[in-house]
Amino acid sequence: MSEPLNQTAAAARVDLLLVAEMIERGARVLDVGCGDGTLLDLLIKTRNVDGRGIELSQAGVNGCVTKGLSVVQGDADTDLADYPDDGFDYVILSQTLQATRRPREVIEHLLRIGRRAIVSFPNFGHWRIRSQIAFQGRMPVTKNLSYAWYDTPNIHFCTIADFVALTDEMDATIEKAVALDRNGQPMRMTLPWAVWNLFGEQAVFMLKRGL
Amino acid sequence: MPRSKTPPAVSQNEADHPTSPIQHFAVEESLLLDSGASLGPWQIAYQTYGTLNADKSNAILICHALTGDQHVANANPVTGKSGWWTSMVGPGKSFDTDRFFIICANVLGGCMGTSGPANHDPLTGKAYAVDFPVVTIRDIVRAQARLVDRLGIDTLFCVAGGSMGGMQVLQWAATFPERVFAAMPLATGAKHSAQNIAFHEVGRQAVMADPDWRAGRYLAEGTRPEKGLAVARMAAHITYLSEPVLHRKFGRKLQDRTAPTFSFDADFEIESYLRYQGRSFVERFDANSYLYLTRAMDYFDLADDYGGSLAAAFKGTKTRFCVASFTSDWLFPTSDSRAIVHALNAAGASVSFVEIETDKGHDAFLLDEPVLFATSRGFIDAAARARGLKALDPKELDR
Repeated sequence: MSEPLNQTAAAARVDLLLVAEMIERGARVLDVGCGDGTLLDLLIKTRNVDGRGIELSQAGVNGCVTKGLSVVQGDADTDLADYPDDGFDYVILSQTLQATRRPREVIEHLLRIGRRAIVSFPNFGHWRIRSQIAFQGRMPVTKNLSYAWYDTPNIHFCTIADFVALTDEMDATIEKAVALDRNGQPMRMTLPWAVWNLFGEQAVFMLKRGL
Repeated sequence: MPRSKTPPAVSQNEADHPTSPIQHFAVEESLLLDSGASLGPWQIAYQTYGTLNADKSNAILICHALTGDQHVANANPVTGKSGWWTSMVGPGKSFDTDRFFIICANVLGGCMGTSGPANHDPLTGKAYAVDFPVVTIRDIVRAQARLVDRLGIDTLFCVAGGSMGGMQVLQWAATFPERVFAAMPLATGAKHSAQNIAFHEVGRQAVMADPDWRAGRYLAEGTRPEKGLAVARMAAHITYLSEPVLHRKFGRKLQDRTAPTFSFDADFEIESYLRYQGRSFVERFDANSYLYLTRAMDYFDLADDYGGSLAAAFKGTKTRFCVASFTSDWLFPTSDSRAIVHALNAAGASVSFVEIETDKGHDAFLLDEPVLFATSRGFIDAAARARGLKALDPKELDR
């Protein structure tokens, strides 16, 4: 049933492929904020996972169900509490963390529900963002973060350094981490956090509860 | 409404001798009911559409709502109107009669051919009336399971229904998880709320307050509690709609007049509409059936059978669920569907859930709702692939 990763690669975003590569075949996966189901669909086709999703927007949910995906309409901030401990091998929060009201609680739930949590987010420490604030004195608007300050759904931005600090505070273990540069290419693993924090536009972390 | 000394309702003839196939069950095949009573001999009337495949894996059971019947997709023999779910059941529809074998049975306690209070007891020849045992949603499902056995079907590809039909879907999934591959409970709840019980009680009291009800023995006495049943229907019908849709359709518009008459005539269009709903209902429905089936809904509390935990009702289930609610449904609000979804999540079940934006209220599941059609089609198609049934031609998906 499953297709090799590279066949669907052309159509998929690099960050989604990165997430897909982190996931074992046949795993139970919950995608929180699954949008139109692109990642879930990719995971089912390439990784043969037993995939479920949660999505806030009705349009997203309808699109997913029409594709035959098991997706429920729900809110990461309120509905994760209803999921039992260890219900999934992986819980994914892809490009959604910054839009949650209580990001720390959401991550706690991810770690509780899944044996592994995979979190990807835009890095607010990227030099372009820093320079917009530093030199223009304006809230940053970039190609990937195109909202003005007054209508953005993204209410809890963080930098890669912030995220790493939070995982320390929460006693979570970072099992994998990847930063993507502005071309969407993974940056060299050997680079220090500070370089990732300056030049990484996005980051993908795989976490496990406990040290 | 004319004073009723009318002959027995058309539906009473349908009760004993329906215009549908019937399966008869002998005394030895009695149904043991939740009340402790045993019912037998008994009969179940049903309609089927499409063709059962060789390995009997493409059967879909549709469960009808409180005042529905088995005539899902054919002209109703009593009213002459088209079936109640032709928007969902038919060639090329979500429940595609070109691909699936669709079954719908009249519920136990109904008045369209399955044993109920309007039937005559085969043992005594007398009308059951209020001597018919009180039935529950689980009893209704037990009866359906006997029919499915008779048809030689082991696992149903899908069980689907809205409102009271959705309750049956949930009961099927809980009682016979291995016999239900996919389940679509729509606009429903895992229990009947206090508010819903309250509305039902108003309806029952309206029926029982009608002098023609005759303590339930109206069939033997040649009367019919038409006024009471019509009032029950009028009150219930309001709960199936919503304030926005009432406003949109009727507002304060007057009926065939330019000024109020300063009387209690039906001045407003909404009054005229409700009176019509009441009148047409009594022509096709048995008053005692209305009492029994509203009671069956009131008693429904699925979690109660599983130590108060709804998740326990679905523990270990392999059934795939698709739950849908409608934003303006205040009879079975979205919170009821969410409770089902939460329980299914807690049980680790495969579940999809959509809340569909509409102003049409509870009745939306019966109406033209493109999002419902797209959702159910996507769900059924994916389930059919998982079951190894022939998938829809891709061109069909755009239709």
